[in-house]
Amino acid sequence: MDRGESIRDPATASRLFLILAGLVLLWPLLKATEFRPWALFEADSVQATVRFLGSFWPIAVEPDFLRLVARETWRTVAMATAAISLALVLAIPLSLIAARVLSLSALTGTMSRVPFLIRRLIHGVLILLRSIPELVWALVFVRVVGLGPTAGVLAIALTYTGMLGKVYTEILESTDPHASRALLRTGSSRTQTFFYALLPTCAAELISYTVYRWECAIRSSVVLGFVGAGGLGQEMDNSMKMFAGAEVATLLLVFIGLVALADRASATIRRIIE
Amino acid sequence: MRAQTWAVLIDLPCLIVSSFATIDLQWQSFVSLQALSSMGRFVGEFVPPETSPEFLHKVIVGAWETLAMSILGTLLAALLGIFLAVPASQHQRDGTGWTRTPVQWVLNALRAVPELVWASLLLISAGLGPFAGTLALALHTAGVLGRLYAEALENAPSGPALALKAQGVGSGRVFFYATLPTVLPQIMSYTLYRWENNIRAAAVLGVVGAGGLGQLLAFHLGLFQMHKTATVLLGMIVMVVCVDALSHQLRKVLT
Repeated sequence: MDRGESIRDPATASRLFLILAGLVLLWPLLKATEFRPWALFEADSVQATVRFLGSFWPIAVEPDFLRLVARETWRTVAMATAAISLALVLAIPLSLIAARVLSLSALTGTMSRVPFLIRRLIHGVLILLRSIPELVWALVFVRVVGLGPTAGVLAIALTYTGMLGKVYTEILESTDPHASRALLRTGSSRTQTFFYALLPTCAAELISYTVYRWECAIRSSVVLGFVGAGGLGQEMDNSMKMFAGAEVATLLLVFIGLVALADRASATIRRIIE
Repeated sequence: MRAQTWAVLIDLPCLIVSSFATIDLQWQSFVSLQALSSMGRFVGEFVPPETSPEFLHKVIVGAWETLAMSILGTLLAALLGIFLAVPASQHQRDGTGWTRTPVQWVLNALRAVPELVWASLLLISAGLGPFAGTLALALHTAGVLGRLYAEALENAPSGPALALKAQGVGSGRVFFYATLPTVLPQIMSYTLYRWENNIRAAAVLGVVGAGGLGQLLAFHLGLFQMHKTATVLLGMIVMVVCVDALSHQLRKVLT
């Protein structure tokens, strides 16, 4: 048997066809996104990039600037923490109402009409809250409450209420319902059922997800600075607009460090819980 | 309880209290009755959304641009991600293991910088428009996907690859015919999940001038054209909800 022949891919023809079909489908996408990679290599574009990147080094380390960066870094963390705390205050009651496992009428077959509608309504509200990106909320709140961290905190708090509420509900409903049913059937109140049946089984998962979201909120709060919500993002936007490469470099490094630190902190907390 | 646990239990409330203390949150501007009524008025200005055919056409074009950005950005990210995931998942004993740590650092850096920051950096070399946004999505997502792919590759069963290697097949073919097929379902599901995320990200990238619905939104909100803003917002929500549903279905079929 000819060795060269035997190791040829038997599916060559169909794979080639799929790749070609994919490329044809890709064409409208390339058009819609004005995909012109060669534009990156045109002389003036290259020149601008090189000049901007060249100004990154040496990075800005003036004491005044570093003090400013430190203050804005803390503000970024504080925005994220405050927003998550507010989101928790909203998401916990919402998810407790929305969770089907805590329904009394569902014990005897189907849920009654009114509780069913209330649960649907809360699901809808949660979907609405998280379908609008936090940046859009921030743009809107900057109009209502003015520039500054308040708009950012509100924006993150609302979006994250949607996300936390949904996931909390899912976690509560994915638990084994035997314990909670037994408690509800023997006349415990729903609060008691939550504290003695649901919480012990899913506390670790709930906390772990919350900490993970806190980490995401730090990233979000940097981004929100770009629309005027304060913190590192706003400084980055300012420096970028002035083409101050050295400052941009410092801010990027601080930001990457902050994200790494938050990553580490949240991993540690999650490990302790589990 | 260990010392670490106590540290967390004490630090966490401290962090929360000092956050609220230093952030100067203007409670009265969103919990007072007056603030609520002004917010209500603000929302009221959105009604009715603009429905003239030419504006709807603009929104649809913007939505298509956003969709295209997210698809292309995710595809590019998947290619770059798999390209980086291979060296990032090599073990020391393979001889090429020295690439592992530096490539993982690259992936971490790509991932740490959010899409919006990438976009505003890329505006300098790629100019205003959806191209910068697509590249920004691709770079950030490549960092995320690269790490997930690398983990998938590391956890892939090594049997098929070893069998081919023992037959004397080159390492490129081993990868394409043994390793990749075993992790493909997982890779597909990660990629689809990121695509859902990227739709949301692509929708807002325009705020810094990177095209799509976000650019329309920032433009009309900046001019206080609330009816048009409302239409753009509705378009955004409809698009996100549709893509979520589609991706959910696709994932069910594929995995």
